[in-house]
Amino acid sequence: MRSVMSGSDMGRALRRIAHEIIESNRGTADVVVVGIRTRGGPIAQRLAALLEEIEGHEVPCGIIDIGMYRDDIDSRPRIELGPTEVPGDIDGATIVLVDDVLYTGRTIRAALDALADLGRAAVVQLAVVVDRGHRELPIRADFVGKNLPTSGSEHVTVRVAEIDGEDGVWIEGPGSDQGETT
Amino acid sequence: MSEFTLQNAVVVADGETLPGLQDIAVVDGVVVEIGEDIAVRGEAVDCAGAWVGPGFVDMHTHLREPGQEWKEDITTGSRAAAAGGYTAVVAMPNTDPVVDSGYLARFISDRGKQVGLVEVVPSGAITEGRAGEKLAHLDEMWSAGVTLFTDDGDSVADAGLLRRAMEYLAERGGVVAQHCIDAGLASGGQMHEGEVSSRLGMAGIPGEAEEIVIARDLSLVRLTGARYHVQHLSTAGAVALIADAKEEGLLVTAEVTPHHLLFDHSFVEDSNPMFKMMPPLRSPSDVAAVRQGLRTGVIDVVGTDHAPHAEHETDHPWEDSPFGVTGLEWAAAVVNTVAALPPEDFFNVMSTAPAAIVGLETQGRLAAGQSANLVVFDPEAVANTERTVSRSSNAPYLGMELSGGVVHTVYQGEFTVRNGTLTDLAGVAG
Amino acid sequence: MKNLLTMEGVDRATLDSLLDDADEFYEVMHRPIPKVPALRGKAVAMMFFEPSTRTKMSFDAAAKALSADVVSFSPGTSSLKKGESLKDTVLTVKAMGVDLMVVRHKSTGAAWRVAEWSRLPVVNGGDGAHQHPTQALLDSLTLRQHFGTLEGLRIAIVGDIRHSRVARSDAWAFTTLGAEVTMVAPPTLLPPDLTGWPVTATSNFDEVLSEVDAVYVLRVQAERGGASVFPSVAEYRERFGMTDARMARLKPEAIVLHPGPMIRGIEIDAGVADDPRCKVLEQVTNGVAVRMAALFQLLGGSRDE
Repeated sequence: MRSVMSGSDMGRALRRIAHEIIESNRGTADVVVVGIRTRGGPIAQRLAALLEEIEGHEVPCGIIDIGMYRDDIDSRPRIELGPTEVPGDIDGATIVLVDDVLYTGRTIRAALDALADLGRAAVVQLAVVVDRGHRELPIRADFVGKNLPTSGSEHVTVRVAEIDGEDGVWIEGPGSDQGETT
Repeated sequence: MSEFTLQNAVVVADGETLPGLQDIAVVDGVVVEIGEDIAVRGEAVDCAGAWVGPGFVDMHTHLREPGQEWKEDITTGSRAAAAGGYTAVVAMPNTDPVVDSGYLARFISDRGKQVGLVEVVPSGAITEGRAGEKLAHLDEMWSAGVTLFTDDGDSVADAGLLRRAMEYLAERGGVVAQHCIDAGLASGGQMHEGEVSSRLGMAGIPGEAEEIVIARDLSLVRLTGARYHVQHLSTAGAVALIADAKEEGLLVTAEVTPHHLLFDHSFVEDSNPMFKMMPPLRSPSDVAAVRQGLRTGVIDVVGTDHAPHAEHETDHPWEDSPFGVTGLEWAAAVVNTVAALPPEDFFNVMSTAPAAIVGLETQGRLAAGQSANLVVFDPEAVANTERTVSRSSNAPYLGMELSGGVVHTVYQGEFTVRNGTLTDLAGVAG
Repeated sequence: MKNLLTMEGVDRATLDSLLDDADEFYEVMHRPIPKVPALRGKAVAMMFFEPSTRTKMSFDAAAKALSADVVSFSPGTSSLKKGESLKDTVLTVKAMGVDLMVVRHKSTGAAWRVAEWSRLPVVNGGDGAHQHPTQALLDSLTLRQHFGTLEGLRIAIVGDIRHSRVARSDAWAFTTLGAEVTMVAPPTLLPPDLTGWPVTATSNFDEVLSEVDAVYVLRVQAERGGASVFPSVAEYRERFGMTDARMARLKPEAIVLHPGPMIRGIEIDAGVADDPRCKVLEQVTNGVAVRMAALFQLLGGSRDE
């Protein structure tokens, strides 16, 4: 397992993304940050805190579970569901979806469907810590912490302190063909 | 007619296990000699220490003919009987139409003779159509050779009616056999009433449903002096009632089925209808009591209650499936497995006692000069539970491990089963 | 989980996970668009061999809220009337391409047999007086929503225990989740032998009334011989009815549950039925949520474990 981003690299990347979000949306007036369970959740909270720190007012933050929206239920073992908690009405909001790794795009597709069931956002943007390529759907990220060219047989792990006790990104393989589909 | 000599067998003749290994010579359908190292007549057949005794006699067989031939008929039922080591079976009268007249009784025994694999002995209903309302043509059936009368499938509930049947048959020496279940206590019942039925939420049939019928009938036996036989006895209380009645000197006999000897109500847990019987599989203490009753002679005979049902009738959930399982092919193995009786007792419960109760002259006895109805049974062999030759396969024994196998069955001097397989005589290959 | 057939012997973790998922589906039910695509392309067969309106509707609603297709089997018009074996019926329905069967049948064990024949995931929607696991889940969810946990709760289940698949399911679910359960019934309506049940039993309702956190009132089941096992309805109501007077003696925070349909005036007084502490309608809503959870867990995820 090889480290590709340290904890402090990750912190800097998130701060940069926060600035990009503000720049791209000319502030944070209608912004709601929504993390995709599991690791998108704490990353979204950190981004929301950064946005608040920079802009000086609270930015709503939520979490979304995509277990009910997956298109691969037959090929997975049991799917764990978690709560979906998105504050307020998202009609007309600017949603910044947050995930740890962007890979095939299928998770994002599911998250977009899940969001659509919660209301009609004005804009949905995507922020990820790592974009490792190999897209299977026409989806791209608006804000990327690090572009990381990988092969399909490699495994990318993002750890966040709130869940894993430490921050950082690691890459494993080749040799391990446990391709993660996040 | 053939000649052969069975060699090196543990022989049970006239109720005694003969010392050492003995030979038996059969000529023209008759046992001509039993002894050590006798002169070989015809083909020599080595029994390698297996038991030889009188062919088994089943007092309780449902052959389903006439009327329900999709389950079994006299041909397929005779094959199953021969495969199980039987040379005689008593056909229960709950066919369609019910055997409640002389001509139907003759039809059954004639069909049995045509098939020629076992002696098929008709029994007759006590009441017309087994409806429990009016006496059947007992005298006419008696003349047709019926000695055992039963409304099997139901109890004769009306004590007055049963009393008249007992009085009528006591005069002739006929046997009143009763399927003992009180319809009120058993109403809607699906299995033995107890902890398993309580958890499964099934209506139960308490042991008392059987015992109160026996207790009542024993009073009628005292009143009438009739010969009385309890069919498929299943509870510890029933064993005690019979023990007391015998002590008292009443002309009472009792029968237990292989399934009540082998299984208790815990087998119902999976609600697999292969374990749905009437009377139901009882508690472990009842099973222990009927085994003990068989060992001590309180229970006289093992009767199979061979009750074939077609697959399409048992491919249902429990409550929609019929009561009853087949048993002819494995009864001897079950008895051998659970009771481990000495050879003379084994042949007594399987053959001699039932033949005596029904009054079969050429069955139940192995002796020089007797008709050669006999079975070679290897108590050490592994029972064949891979297949059945009955038309129906509703047998809980299939796939089980049981010890004891029928090696040869000889009916009227001819092999119906040879080396565990039906012979050409049975009209089937294998 | 391959099937949901019984509550007996189901462990705490499995129950918790079903109830946790049910919480999520409860949230879905309260969205503006109460539907998710989770089981798109899956077909659920409703095999109700015994008449049922509510349970079938609830399973229907659950399947549809998960975007599954529903095919229904109605015994009234089916080949069963013509003597087809249940096995043949099951194989026929399977051949139509369904992915899961919900089975209700008057016979104990029917759902087990269907699972064995079909080799499909099966939800037992009630087998005779034996089990009705989704009812126990919805009852547990209702209690958990109200009290936060079942741990330490004292629950009285009152009525025709003997003929009740609800009682048989709840007894195991409630106690596995940490509650204490007392069965309250006249002797004729208690099972003949409670060996192995995780419960206590009494025929004195008033004795336990003031101590319990929840009273589960069972329906008097006339169709299962209920009427012939107690002398009169008036007498039953007097001793075992959840009357207004008994309601007044309950702890103030205690609640009343009922599996429906309620027979007002016999097992439950109208005043109790309409009291906010009677959670019957919450139970109905929760029924859809737990059935969504059951269908989702059985169909979501590969079965080759």
